[in-house]
Order: sequence, then structure tokens, then C-alpha cells
Amino acid sequence: MIAELGHYALILALALALVQTVVPAWGAAKGDATLMGVASPVAITLFAFLSLAFAALVALYLASDFSVVNVVDNSHSRMPTIYKITSTWGNHEGSMLLWVLVLGVFGALVALFGGNLPDRLKANVLAVQGSIATAFLLFILFTSNPFQRLVPAPAEGADLNPVLQDPGLAIHPPLLYLGYVGLSISFAFAMAALIEGRIDAAWARWVRPWTLAAWIFLTLGIAMGSYWAYYELGWGGWWFWDPVENASLMPWLAATALLHSAVVMEKRDALKVWTILLAILAFSLSLIGTFLVRSGVLTSVHAFATDPTRGVFILAILAFFVGGGLFLFALRAGTLRQGGLFAPVSREGALVLNNLFLTAATAAVFVGTLYPLALEAVTGDKITVGPPFFNLTFGGLMLPLVLAVPFGPMLAWKRGDLMGVAQRLTLAAGFAVVAAVVTAAAEEGGPVLAPVVLAIAVFVIIGALTDIAERAGIGRLPARVSLARLSGLPRSAFGTAIAHIGVGICLIGIVCESSWSLEKIAGLRLGDQMQIGTRTLTLDRLENRTGPNFSARVAVFSIRSGGVEQGTIEAAKRLFTARQSATTESGIRTFGFSQLYVAAGDEAPDGLLAVRATWKPLVTLIWLGAVVMALGGLLSLADRRLRVGAPKPARRRAPSAVPAE
Amino acid sequence: MTRKGRRLVLIGAALGVLGLAAGLILTALNDTIVFFRTPTEVAQRQVAPGERLRLGGLVEAGSLVKEGPNVRFVVTDGAARVNVAYSGMLPDLFREGQGVVTEGALRPDGTFSADTVLAKHDERYMPREVADTLKKSGHWMEDAQNARAGAAVPVSAGGSVAR
Repeated sequence: MIAELGHYALILALALALVQTVVPAWGAAKGDATLMGVASPVAITLFAFLSLAFAALVALYLASDFSVVNVVDNSHSRMPTIYKITSTWGNHEGSMLLWVLVLGVFGALVALFGGNLPDRLKANVLAVQGSIATAFLLFILFTSNPFQRLVPAPAEGADLNPVLQDPGLAIHPPLLYLGYVGLSISFAFAMAALIEGRIDAAWARWVRPWTLAAWIFLTLGIAMGSYWAYYELGWGGWWFWDPVENASLMPWLAATALLHSAVVMEKRDALKVWTILLAILAFSLSLIGTFLVRSGVLTSVHAFATDPTRGVFILAILAFFVGGGLFLFALRAGTLRQGGLFAPVSREGALVLNNLFLTAATAAVFVGTLYPLALEAVTGDKITVGPPFFNLTFGGLMLPLVLAVPFGPMLAWKRGDLMGVAQRLTLAAGFAVVAAVVTAAAEEGGPVLAPVVLAIAVFVIIGALTDIAERAGIGRLPARVSLARLSGLPRSAFGTAIAHIGVGICLIGIVCESSWSLEKIAGLRLGDQMQIGTRTLTLDRLENRTGPNFSARVAVFSIRSGGVEQGTIEAAKRLFTARQSATTESGIRTFGFSQLYVAAGDEAPDGLLAVRATWKPLVTLIWLGAVVMALGGLLSLADRRLRVGAPKPARRRAPSAVPAE
Repeated sequence: MTRKGRRLVLIGAALGVLGLAAGLILTALNDTIVFFRTPTEVAQRQVAPGERLRLGGLVEAGSLVKEGPNVRFVVTDGAARVNVAYSGMLPDLFREGQGVVTEGALRPDGTFSADTVLAKHDERYMPREVADTLKKSGHWMEDAQNARAGAAVPVSAGGSVAR
């Protein structure tokens, strides 16, 4: 009954999505306010029906209703409740439903908070949103119905893939989808602008908070996915340059570029065509990501199913939206009025440079991800494009960009003074050089590049602080005055600085982890010790434990450093009974920002336990840096809201819609 | 600076960055890509020792020998066999008789020295490269792969594990 209800809700949602596509667009074309007015209530109702369908699937999972194929394949009655809920989207059908639900959330948010949008823009934006929802609902209903029944119903389910039985599944996909799908709003705005053939700074002010919100979610989602892979997959890598990771990195890079170019458009009315193109590209890359991950072209943790019809269907959706978007762009971009001249050395110029590097880096990742697929299709040769490729290309393009980061915010609009800025950054450069020299002296023949990259990271962090200090006049003005100026600075200034500091922090983590990690593999018996860095691990106990749907073999180690007891660490192997497959539960202890990472392998018949211990210096900074970046974004987003009460320029140029939380 | 001059600087910068990107990509593609080979191909092509490659196939049943963290096993595609030496922990899903992909290089004595071992599969799934190889060499067992594909029930291969 619930399954049929969910299925029915999905079909109704499809009908609503069609209405949302056709009626408002028609109204906007004819200038009919009544028809355009249909958009908002329909978008909200669509969201309600998608929620209903999603709730139905969650209910089926909670009830362990094994008459539904999807539940049978991915659940088990003895699974903890939290995993019963999360396995709703731990499979292809359910995750596509979540995708569309998030799309519905964003549509409803535009409908609810887009009150200050011009009617035609709003109608067109929601119509484009509706068309995306239509395409994906068709996809779900025709190729990936999560509500399909199974007769006869088996008594027990096949269990969720053990690797996915982790709290990470509750957080990572929803965050990532909020980011991926959030970019559909920027895309819809870009399409609406092209349909109307009109675009101005106000448009950028509406688009920016949505892009920013999507970017924040994407940043957190990627960071969360990286940490999850780090602790779950058992060998302590945090980024594998796996195609599915690249699939999320590419939209992130494009969204980062879009954020920066939208600033130029908002403040200076320049770079319009480029911003529109980026908005199209960013969402296209999200769709390509969805295609790569969901079509089964790639094999990885994320590829739940390989069914050729699905691949072809998503490819068609991809071709329609990317092709349609670019076609409309080609048709209309020429008619957009360009404005806002600027000298090459200026804030605008710096932001253009940022965009160039980011898009080039995106292209590098794109080539590295798709080249093996293309080569195999053409010549049949199977190759792997691995970390060395990406480290060289992506690293080679990102380092100059990061080096330029502190300059950007300090340059003036229109025409900047590069020498002046360089002078003001002397202090930051000094810190950077000291950091490089100290590390080079301390590391004794480690990687040559590491001190350089570390110096760049320090430069970015101190440079961002310098920018804030300069704006407040700290050091130049009396303390009271500069304090008052500091509190008067717009939140977006702090947002920028904090996000850039996050980049520096992340970079420090990356350099330290990849240059100075210590790894040791040993075979231990009970009571044996192993040395890792300054610490000694002792294998104290081996225990058997049982979980709700698994049995575990746990190795308990005690940690000592210079004779001082530092607690214990537990590394386990879990055997999941339903699927007869094992997972490694690594033991992690955090010391400051560094971590000790211990994974236990199988026990040999003679009682020897293979143990891998890794000391990862400052590794947590990688994810903390991403969180700091997201915080910067959040602060910038808060700045928009403050301006809701600000004096409005003539006509309906109200500040942006209230951003999504 | 004139409007034209500014535009030229902009285009110049764009070309510069794109050139850098293209240069890096081409260099990297030349130097860093790794070919996937089956044991048969390794035997036929006389792969030079030291050249990095990915070797994929099935772990031959009964071939696994563990000495502490040092592991030896044989990768086969039914036609040819290659001895593999690896030091480290095997992935959770590594099993005899199952598909495996290893990355490393041949030693002069013909042993494949692997620094990475990937067992990208669960009980219903096998790395695509390995599946293709087995199909080619005629060792593919359709039944084993689609054990649940009875009646009109759509089968979703469970998630697979990448590294």
C-alpha cells in the first residue's frame, strides 16, 4: 500500500513538474501574470509530493517491507534503524529519488523566498527547474522505480553494502546533492536571463547567494566524503583521484569560479557573458557527474548498478540540458550588453585570472577523468590515469592560483596598484619565507617541493589576515578607531578572508600529510610492540564482539610515548553475515591536529596479525580547512541578508532572495 | 590602455593559462598513464622490467602464500599466469578465485612486484577489466554473475568497492 502510494505520488509529481515547465514559460512569453503566477504554488506542491514519495520509501525501509525489490536488495531486518533510514539512498533508485527531492526543495525555496524577483524572471527560472524535474522524474519512473514489488516476497533482505553501513551515509550524499542540485538554480537563472535576453547587476545579486549556498554544501559534502573514505576504506588515503571524486570536484571548481565571476558582475556589471557560461558549465558538470556515477560507465563504490538503458537515458538528459543550454547561449549571448571596463591589473583582472586558472584546472581534471573512457572506446586500450597525472596538472595549475590569492582582494576595482599591494604583503611574504626555511632545515632531505608549498599556504593565511588588518587600519590608526572600523567591515570581507584562510589551512594539511607521513607494516603477536615515530604500540588484546548484523574481531592496542601511557586504539575487522563480506574498521586517535591511524588485517593461522600503523601529521587540517572555507561562505551569505533592509535602488532592484539554509 | 589593448592582455592571459594547462596535460599523459594488461598480454608483449602497469585477472586458487606482511599469489586469466609479490595489507575483498587488479612493475626474474592491490568487487561484482578478460578467454560464467537474475526481477549489482 505504502509502495503504491509512493509510486502514485511520484506520478503526480511528474504531472506537476510538466505543469511547472509549460504554464509559467507560456505565461512569461505572453506576459500573462495569471499564468506566471501558477509557478510558485505548483513548485511548492511538487515539493510536497516529492516529499511524500520519499517519505513512503523511508517508511518501507523502516518497516523492512521485503515485498519491495529495492528494500530486499539493500536492507536487512537486523540492521540498526539509522542504517535502515540511510539505506533509502544507499542505492541507485533511492539516491535518484533523493536527487529529485533536493531539486524540489530548491524549487520550493525559490517559490517561497523569491518574492522580490521580477515576475517574468521568477516564472522562467521555475519553468527551467520544472523541466529538470520532469526529465529526472521520467528517468526514475521508467528506468529506476524504487517502488517496484517483488513476488513472492523473500523472508530476509540482502543487507546494505557493509562499506555503506556508516553514519557517513547519513551526511555525505544529502550534502553533496544539495550542492550538485543547488547549481541547477544558477543554471535556471542563466537560462531565464538568456530567454529574456536581459541581464544586469541585480541578476548577479540574485544568483550569487544561491551559488554560494550550493558551493557551501558541495564543499562540505566533498570534505565529508573524503573523511569517510579516509576512515572507512582502511588504508588512510583521503583523496584517490577516483573518477567519481573528480565528478564532484569538477562542479566544485566551476562553482568556485562562478562565485568569483558573479562578484565582478554584481559589483562592476562586467563579465556577464562569461558568468552565464560558467553557470551553464557548472550545472553541466553536475549532470556529467551524475551521468558518470549513475550510468555504470565507471566502476567504483558509487556505481550501484550497471544497466545500459539507464546510462542512455541519463546521457539523453545530459545532451538535452547541456546542449540546449549552450545552444541558447550561442543564440543569445551576443545580444547581452557588455559593461564595466577595467585595467588588466585590478580586482576584476585578478578575478579573471582566478577564473582562468580554475577553469583550466577543471579542464585538466575533465581530461584525466574522461580520457581513459574515450581511449578505450576508440582503440580498446585500457589505461589508468592516476594520481601522478592529477598531481602534476592540477597541482601545477592550482599553486600559481593560490599564490595569487592574497593579491586579489587587496587590489582596487577598475585599476589596481600591484606594487603597492606587493609592499603591503611584505610581512606575509616574510612569514612565508621563514616557514619555508624552518621546514627545509627541519625536514632533512625530505621532498623539495614541500617547504615551497607550505610557504605558499602560510602566505595565503597571513595575506588574508593582512587584508582585514589593512581595511581596518590596524597599526596605522589608533586602536579604538581601527576596532570600530573592524566591526564596521561588511561580513563578506570577513567571509572572503576566512574562506581564503581555509584554503591555506587545507593546503598545510595536504602538504604535511603527503610529505611527512610515517607508515609501518608489521606482523604482531599478542604482547608484541611496534614503533611508529615517537610512539610505541602494544597489541594488548584480541577480542570477538558481535554487532546487530555483523561479528567483529577487534585488536586493542595501547599507545605509549616516552614511557607515558596515551590511551588505547582499537582496529577491527567486521564480517557482515548476510553478504559474507568484511570491512576494515580502522582505529584512529587524534593528537592535536595529527592522527595515528591503525588498521588490522587478517590473522594468519600461526597467530600473526598484520598491522599497518600510520602517523599522519596535521592531517585533520585538510578537512578543517574545507570547513573553514564553508564558514567563510556562510559569513558571506549572511552579509546578503543584512542588506535586505538596506536602501533600495530605483526600480525593483531589491537585494537578493533570502538564501537557502 | 585602450579597450583593444585591454582585450589583448585578457586574451593573452587566457592563452597563457590554457597553454600551461595543455602543456601540463600532455606531459602528464605521456609520463604518468599506466596501461592495463592481462597475464596473456604480459606474456606476449614482453613487457620490459620496471615499466609500470596494471595487471588484472583472477587470483589463482591455492596460490596465496603469506609471510607476515609479505604476500605472494598468482594472477591468471586462464591462459597465462603471473607470479605477484606484494608487501602490505590485502584489501577486505581479496579472495582466491576472485578478480583482482594490481599495480606495479615486473622484476627481471618475471615476478610482478605490486605496490597496490585492488579488489574492486563484492560477491556479485567483478572489475570490468577482469570481466572483459575472462569473457575473451572463455572463462566467463554467466550464471555466477547473474545468480539472482531469475524471472522478471531487476537485479542491481550491489555497490562495489574501489580501493
